[in-house]
Amino acid sequence: MSVFAFYLFAISVIAGGLFTVISRNPVHSVLWLILSFLSAAGLFVLLGAEFVAMLLVIVYVGAVAVLFLFVVMMLDVDFAELKAEMAKYMPLALLIGLVILMQFVMAFGVWEFNVGAEGLRTQVTDVAVTNTAALGLILYDDYFLLFQLAGLILLVAMIGAIVLTLRHRGDVKRQNVVAQMMRDPAKAMELKDVKPGQGL
Amino acid sequence: MADFFFNTTLGAILLIVGQIFLVVIPLLVALAFLMYADRKIWASVQLRRGPNVVGVYGLLQSFADFGKYIVKEIVVPAGADRPVFFLAPMISLVMALVAWAVIPFNDGWVLSDINVAILFVFAVSSLEVYGVIMGGWASNSKYPFLGSLRSAAQMISYEVSIGLIIIGVIISTGSMNFSGIVAAQHGDFGLLNWYWLPHFPMLILFFISALAETNRPPFDLPEAESELVAGYQVEYSSTPFLLFMIGELVAVVLMCALISLMFFGGWLSPIPGLPHGIFWMIAKMGLVFFFFSLIKAITPRYRYDQLMRLGWKVFLPFSLFWVVFVAFAAKFEWFWGIYARWTLGG
Repeated sequence: MSVFAFYLFAISVIAGGLFTVISRNPVHSVLWLILSFLSAAGLFVLLGAEFVAMLLVIVYVGAVAVLFLFVVMMLDVDFAELKAEMAKYMPLALLIGLVILMQFVMAFGVWEFNVGAEGLRTQVTDVAVTNTAALGLILYDDYFLLFQLAGLILLVAMIGAIVLTLRHRGDVKRQNVVAQMMRDPAKAMELKDVKPGQGL
Repeated sequence: MADFFFNTTLGAILLIVGQIFLVVIPLLVALAFLMYADRKIWASVQLRRGPNVVGVYGLLQSFADFGKYIVKEIVVPAGADRPVFFLAPMISLVMALVAWAVIPFNDGWVLSDINVAILFVFAVSSLEVYGVIMGGWASNSKYPFLGSLRSAAQMISYEVSIGLIIIGVIISTGSMNFSGIVAAQHGDFGLLNWYWLPHFPMLILFFISALAETNRPPFDLPEAESELVAGYQVEYSSTPFLLFMIGELVAVVLMCALISLMFFGGWLSPIPGLPHGIFWMIAKMGLVFFFFSLIKAITPRYRYDQLMRLGWKVFLPFSLFWVVFVAFAAKFEWFWGIYARWTLGG
């Protein structure tokens, strides 16, 4: 059952990745990428890392990929033209692909796994501690400062992005929310009793 | 017979499929009547009669609508991206239904009792946005596209505050499992033990965020008929439109279930001494749904910039502050330890 699920997810990760590259339509590429992310989350679940799997779905699929999709849908770029130029780089790409493939083949062909280590691969933590709690202990007890530092780097990146894109333009009409909330009906409306047959 | 179901692979699969039908079919039947209730409540607020022709008091109106939807013609716009066009409503419905796999209706009555249940619901409901975006994009038309962009921005904005509110509840409970969350709300004082009391501001924030997340009025900007005709649904007809509509309503009912489980003690009885059970869960979901319908009838639609401002400048800072507050209150057991329920036997 679990082996069947593994091959299902593994094949759909690879197929998703492949179609991400070869789709002609960039929006389809992003959708295939999302399939790839989801299947990777499935593989994490099979490894017993359910917290990481959920985070992958929430962060990558729920937020990052939505923004990708946003940008790709809004941009009016002729991807077919860009892809035509790709042929020039094909030999380089093939070379890199070949090197990575060789590395994988060597890693799995020559390397000898300890039988005990293979068993440990699926059981990273103590069975009594759920893996959410285990991650919490590692992040907040053992590596607290490093974790905070990572957060600080993200904060700096965020402030940087805001500073780079923030500009005040005088010619744009803005909504003044406070002024809108402070309005009261007595000042905004005037009731007139109009007699029939007469104007104001 | 029992041996076949518990010891063979085929039996196990059949058992799982049977359980899924046991949840999904009552849900969809209940949905037909919820849709009717929604329209009736809406009508009563506006002093209209609402649906009253099909069946006694119009009770069968939803089934008549269902029949009408599926026999109509499916119109695909020229230039639409066909696979994505048909995938979008399916994703919308399936993602709304998948989340029910981890929702318990009574003690132990749950399809899959996983540790990270609440995160699973959050993850799946963040995927619902894809149905809307894909539908709007694949229609290859301006209004649906604008509607889907609005909807995507809206859903992502309010997901942030929903996530932070959920974190507050998780801190109070010390568990991400719904059974754990409900167990933590169990106590000697009935409804005073539930999370609505210590987490009261978050209950209101969650309810409003749920309205925005499910595109219900007053936040139904993706389908604002005065500006966008019907948003991402413009080009849809017949069964695909029905799937969108059911998906949206299933998401609303899911939010009702989440509010009942997280803030109103799920299947626990409000009065000490009365038996706990599924009827409490259903009654609470019904009550929350009633408020969803009521809000639809009595509030005017928000402007888009007001919606974004509310999400990012009001809800996000407040819920972030609340997470910090709950963390301190739980750690140091302020207020007689009501924020630290894991010490009270949760």
